[in-house]
Order: sequence, then structure tokens, then C-alpha cells
Amino acid sequence: MNLRARRKAVNFIALSLSLGAMAFGLFWLVWILWMVVDLGIGALSLRLFTEMTPPPGGSGGLKNAIAGSILMVGLAMAMATPVAILAGIYLAEYGQRTLLGRVTRFINDILLSAPSIVIGLFVYAIYVAQVGKFSGLSGAIALALLVIPVVVRTTEDMLTLVPNTVREAAYALGAPKWKVILLITLRAARTGVVTGILLALARISGETAPLLFTALSNQFWSLDLSEPMANLPVTIFKFAMSPFQDWQQLAWAGVFILTLGVLVLNIIARVLFRQATPR
Amino acid sequence: MMPVEHSVQNLVPEISIRHLNFYYGNAIALKNINLDIFKGKVTAFIGPSGCGKSTLLRAINRMYDLYPGQRAEGELLIDGQNILAGGVDTIALRAKVGMVFQKPTPFPMSIYDNIAFGVKMHEKLSRTQMDDRVEWALTKAALWGEVKDKLKSPGTGLSGGQQQRLCIARGVAVKPHVLLLDEPTSALDPISTMRIEELIHELKTEFTIAIVTHNMQQAARVSDFTAYMYLGELVEFGRTDDVFIKPRDKRTEDYITGRMG
Repeated sequence: MNLRARRKAVNFIALSLSLGAMAFGLFWLVWILWMVVDLGIGALSLRLFTEMTPPPGGSGGLKNAIAGSILMVGLAMAMATPVAILAGIYLAEYGQRTLLGRVTRFINDILLSAPSIVIGLFVYAIYVAQVGKFSGLSGAIALALLVIPVVVRTTEDMLTLVPNTVREAAYALGAPKWKVILLITLRAARTGVVTGILLALARISGETAPLLFTALSNQFWSLDLSEPMANLPVTIFKFAMSPFQDWQQLAWAGVFILTLGVLVLNIIARVLFRQATPR
Repeated sequence: MMPVEHSVQNLVPEISIRHLNFYYGNAIALKNINLDIFKGKVTAFIGPSGCGKSTLLRAINRMYDLYPGQRAEGELLIDGQNILAGGVDTIALRAKVGMVFQKPTPFPMSIYDNIAFGVKMHEKLSRTQMDDRVEWALTKAALWGEVKDKLKSPGTGLSGGQQQRLCIARGVAVKPHVLLLDEPTSALDPISTMRIEELIHELKTEFTIAIVTHNMQQAARVSDFTAYMYLGELVEFGRTDDVFIKPRDKRTEDYITGRMG
């Protein structure tokens, strides 16, 4: 076989294998989405948003779970993002080569890959067990602890991507360091930073394990952060495992809403990111 | 180094460099540089890559401060003050000594805000004063006509040559005494390069200019004085005509006739 024919053959085999691998991966993904849509869309109704989670056999919706999820996720983001962005700025702009910076980055990477159930158990041990009560606040804290490493990492990465020449140009005009960071680097990296925040938001929206030990669940309407709080993931977990047909239906509806929400967040993040990269 | 005869044409030094050594960590990059940069003149720095010409430029506005491990020794006098000494206000220094870099670096904001950014660091201007300043700077940089109708659009949307003129306008807007240009046209096409060279001619009536360039024709075209550097040393410094027509040092001659570098 001459060289060219062999290259063509190798190319064909490699291309077929990678296409096959892609099809295999995509197959499961499409199946999951198909099932979620198929079973979820049938269970979809306005009642989901207007009625509470019902007792077995009764009719109801997911209003309290949706509200609880939004409240806890919102609170977690509000607590975590300022801290995480500041930490990311420190790592990228001040602590690049310092010992403190390196240690922080290392610990953050560990936290980033820590299983979420560990975080849940941690908050249970230091907060829930001390107070002696499951609560919405503890759920928000656990979720916040999951957000921090993600946002720290993306903020740092995005700031490091800003070309040094832009920083130098700002310094050359006589700008002090904090103004260079605030008005130039952070601004140049802002779409990337926002993307990181949205990805973190998408991640915690579906987290179940950390909420099992903290917010638990609540069958009733409650926005009291010191009380157990209903939320979508735990409700789905509880309802899907139950033997009751109507609960299972609600679980699928919850899964559908959650998936759709995360999908929309991901699309927004991607669109933002695409605007950020070219130029 | 032989000093240039000051007597001819009352030349006033804007910057005096005396016994300047520069180090990257332990590596020496500039060795005992002695040189005057004259007021209202264009001084070109030429030499092969790595000869220290950019390093010298970056010492003049203390750009090296940003990087730990880089340090300068000796004297660099501006208005009689040694700006290499400790306790020098680098913010005030950079208001006096502006810099334009090799690659255009528009900030992620509108054309107007790009210009206003530096001005706001040093002056408090009213809205109309700022409008005037922006127009003045853009006119100086020969960009006003092209952007006057889109001052609110992002600076990153301009062409490469326009971006570089925006960067020059940004530097000019602060009203510095000195403009340092670090290979300002190396990323630009010939037409944009020509415009920037014309601009340098206009700007030298108001500013002292130091330009680093790899392009010897450019040095010959735009500068009044030329410094040839090699391996961290200042080999030759004099009037551009003299340096190019009758260089005193063999190494300079080799470089400008293309036998080296």
C-alpha cells in the first residue's frame, strides 16, 4: 500500500471510531432527555405552580418545592459569589506566585472536586447538629460551599486570560492597581466571570445530597429559613422512590422543570461566552 | 560614549540617564547606559532583538515595577529628580511619561471612555471639559474624523491601525511631557504605519518622543537622534543623520548596512 492510501485508511478508521464514540455518548444523553420530556411533559400542568406537594393519593403541585429551591439557590449565590469573586481576584492579581496564593489554589481545587455529599455532611455536623434542626438556611450554606470553588476557579482563569499588555497599558496611564483591576481586567473578563457564576448556579440547582442533610424537605408552604424547607431535588428523590403513581408523576414533572431550567442557564452561559471569546 | 555636543541648537535634555544598569533577576540586561533624551526631539532606539532597547524604555516609566525580580540601578533624571529612587510617585511619573505598546491595547469600553480613563486618573474635569479633551486628543492622534460619530461604540471594534492611534490618543490625553513608543507600528500594515509616522512628526512639536523600532528606515525617517544598542550596551548615540551616514562604531555600521542582526 502506498503512503497516501495508508493515510487515507488510517484517517477513515480513526474518523469512524470517533464518530462511533460520539454516537454512543450522545445516545444515552438523548435517551435521558427523551424520557424526561416524554414522562415530564404529560405531568405538566398549571397546578404544579399553584398547589403544594400533596399527600399520597391527593392532587397537588410543586409550588413549595419550586419556591424553596429558588430561595435557597438564590441565597447561596448571594452568599457565595462576592466571596468567590474576591478570592478569584486575589489569586489572579495579587497571589499569583505567593505561598498563600498557591495554598489557596490547591485547597480550592480539592474543594472543587469534593463530592457534594461530603459538603452536606459537613454542614450537618457543624450547623444542623448544633442547632438540632434541619433548616433552609443550612441548605443554602451547603449550596454556597459548592458554588465558591467553581466561581473562584473560573474568575481566576478568566482574569489570567486577560492579556498582560492591557494591564500594562492601564498602569502606563498612571492608574493605581485597584482601578486597573476594577475598571480594566475585571471588565475585560466580565462575561467569563458571569458564565462561571451561571454554571455554578446550574450545578447547585440539581444538587440533592447536600440538601438531604440540611434543608431536608417540607410538605407545606414555608419561607422560614430556620425551618425545614421544601426543594425540588429532595422532593423528586422522595416522590420518585415512592410506590404512589401520582407522586411519581410529580417527580417526573419536577425533573422536567429542573432540566429545562438548567438547560436554559447553560444556553445563556454559552451565548455569553461566545460573545466573550472572539476579538 | 561620547556626549552629543549640546552647544549646537540649544538642546535641552528632558531625560538624563546616568550609569544605568538593569537586571532581570541576576541577569544583567543594561550595562552602564549614559544618554540624554532631548526636549521636543524624537529619539529612536535601534538594535537587534534582546539588545535592551525595550528594557530601557520600560525603565523610563518604571514599568518594570510590576514585576518582582526586575530592578534598575543608577540615575534616570526627569526634571532633576531621580525617578529610580525609592519613594517616587509612579502614578505622577506616568502622568508625565506616557507609553504606547507594540500591540494595540484598547480597553474593553467605548472609544470615549478609552480616552477619558487616563485623564480621570489625574484630573477632575467637568463633562464639557472632558468632551473637549477627548476631541483634542483624538484630533492630535489624527483619529477624530474617523470616530467622531461613534464615540460610544467599543474601542475594540476599530481596525488595528485605528486602535493604535486610539492608544496614542489615550496617552496624549493625559498631557504627558514624554511619549514612549515601543515598536508602535510593528503590528500594523504599511499605510497605518505611514500615518503613525506622520503623527510622530506632528506630535514632536509638543512632546518629547522616544521610539523603539526594528525598522531602520523608520528610525531614519522619524527621528532626530538615534541610539544603537547591542547586548545591553549603548554602542552609539548621535544625530540620526550622523549615525546613519557616518557611524563611528564598526558594530553600528554592520547593523545598519545589514551585515548583522
